Amino acid sequence: MSTSAPQPTVTPYPDGPLLLRGDVVLQTADGEVIPRHRRTVALCRCGLSAIKPFCDGTHKAAGFRTED
Amino acid sequence: MTITAPALAGTAVRPRGPLGEAVLDALTATEAADQETLTREAEAALHSCSDITTDEDVQLTLFLLYASAYGTLDGLDAGREWDPALIAVRLALESAFEQDLRARVAMPDLPEPTADAVARALFALVGADDGPSLSRHLARRATNEQAHEFLVQRSIYTLREADPHSWAIPRLSGSPKAALVEIQSDEYGGGRPDRVHAELFAKALRGAGLDDTYGAYVDDVPAITLASHNMMSMFGLNRRLIGAIVGHLAAFEMTSSIPNRLYADGLRRLGFGDDVTDYFDEHVEADAVHEQIAARDLAGGLAAQHPRLLPDIMFGAAACLAIDGAVAGHMLDAWERQSSSLRTGVTA
Repeated sequence: MSTSAPQPTVTPYPDGPLLLRGDVVLQTADGEVIPRHRRTVALCRCGLSAIKPFCDGTHKAAGFRTED
Repeated sequence: MTITAPALAGTAVRPRGPLGEAVLDALTATEAADQETLTREAEAALHSCSDITTDEDVQLTLFLLYASAYGTLDGLDAGREWDPALIAVRLALESAFEQDLRARVAMPDLPEPTADAVARALFALVGADDGPSLSRHLARRATNEQAHEFLVQRSIYTLREADPHSWAIPRLSGSPKAALVEIQSDEYGGGRPDRVHAELFAKALRGAGLDDTYGAYVDDVPAITLASHNMMSMFGLNRRLIGAIVGHLAAFEMTSSIPNRLYADGLRRLGFGDDVTDYFDEHVEADAVHEQIAARDLAGGLAAQHPRLLPDIMFGAAACLAIDGAVAGHMLDAWERQSSSLRTGVTA
């Protein structure tokens, strides 16, 4: 039985990061692949993470709001 | 005090009072336990205890009873797991422990039972917590000895990280279940044994020259450290407390990513290597993911599905902050007095 991979999704979490689920290659502006360490990753949306492109929770201390 | 890895790793835990002694005897026996003796000892222990979260005999006894369910300590007879007399002791201790927690923890205002409102309320609750900051102390001031003590204190939970919350999986359904499994799958390494979080922590202990055998340091940690773990086990093992274990996980994940960066900074400052800091660095990224899923999809999703669970979801979160705050406070107070946060004078 063959199954096709489900569509990847990107979900914005209010006042927080974008959660990326599914098979997507992350790369730098130069085209270098950014290794993913887990199936679901959180992408920084506030610009303050020290581990960009991933979220490190700093948005909470900074009071980042997405107004949704 | 100096902590060194024992030459012979052993998990023989010493009881801390008459109840623990009777329960440990019963847990290691091949015969059914004597209900009368156990009931008498449990009643006596609860009668004489003034603060159950810091009562050494009661908390160690609960820890042993849960260890029998987890199978984490050698020498506990698997046939005693459901011994009616031992279950009766567990229920009596749990009832008193739960009552104490409900009286101790200030209940936050209840949000609407929607995923969005519950997630926002949980982030607000955690953001307003003004508990003592162990992570800032580790980052800036902790000594090498204090860092070792911190790892020893953490070993009780973290060598079995995620297990207490996994009891909840078959008790959930639909999207909250998928959310919990999404988190737990990552905790258990996403299919890679070397990335199981408990294994990363075992590597950190070895890197710091400590014993990574489960239970090696049970005798060294005070009741409040056991109470933190027992609370999770109680919430996880009692289906009626499903809301509390879910709320607990949300608060736990939400107080993790930033503190773990500070722990990693402190351990690097003290000269520990990557083998020790990996665990903490991993949690900066992992828990920034988990906290979103736990607050919105798991806790918020469960409240939307079963609004009657909302009070316990908020209670579980508040209880996590209160008890883990007390554990942190215990360590910082001891270090402030230039003493050890571990039990001293433990003799055979």
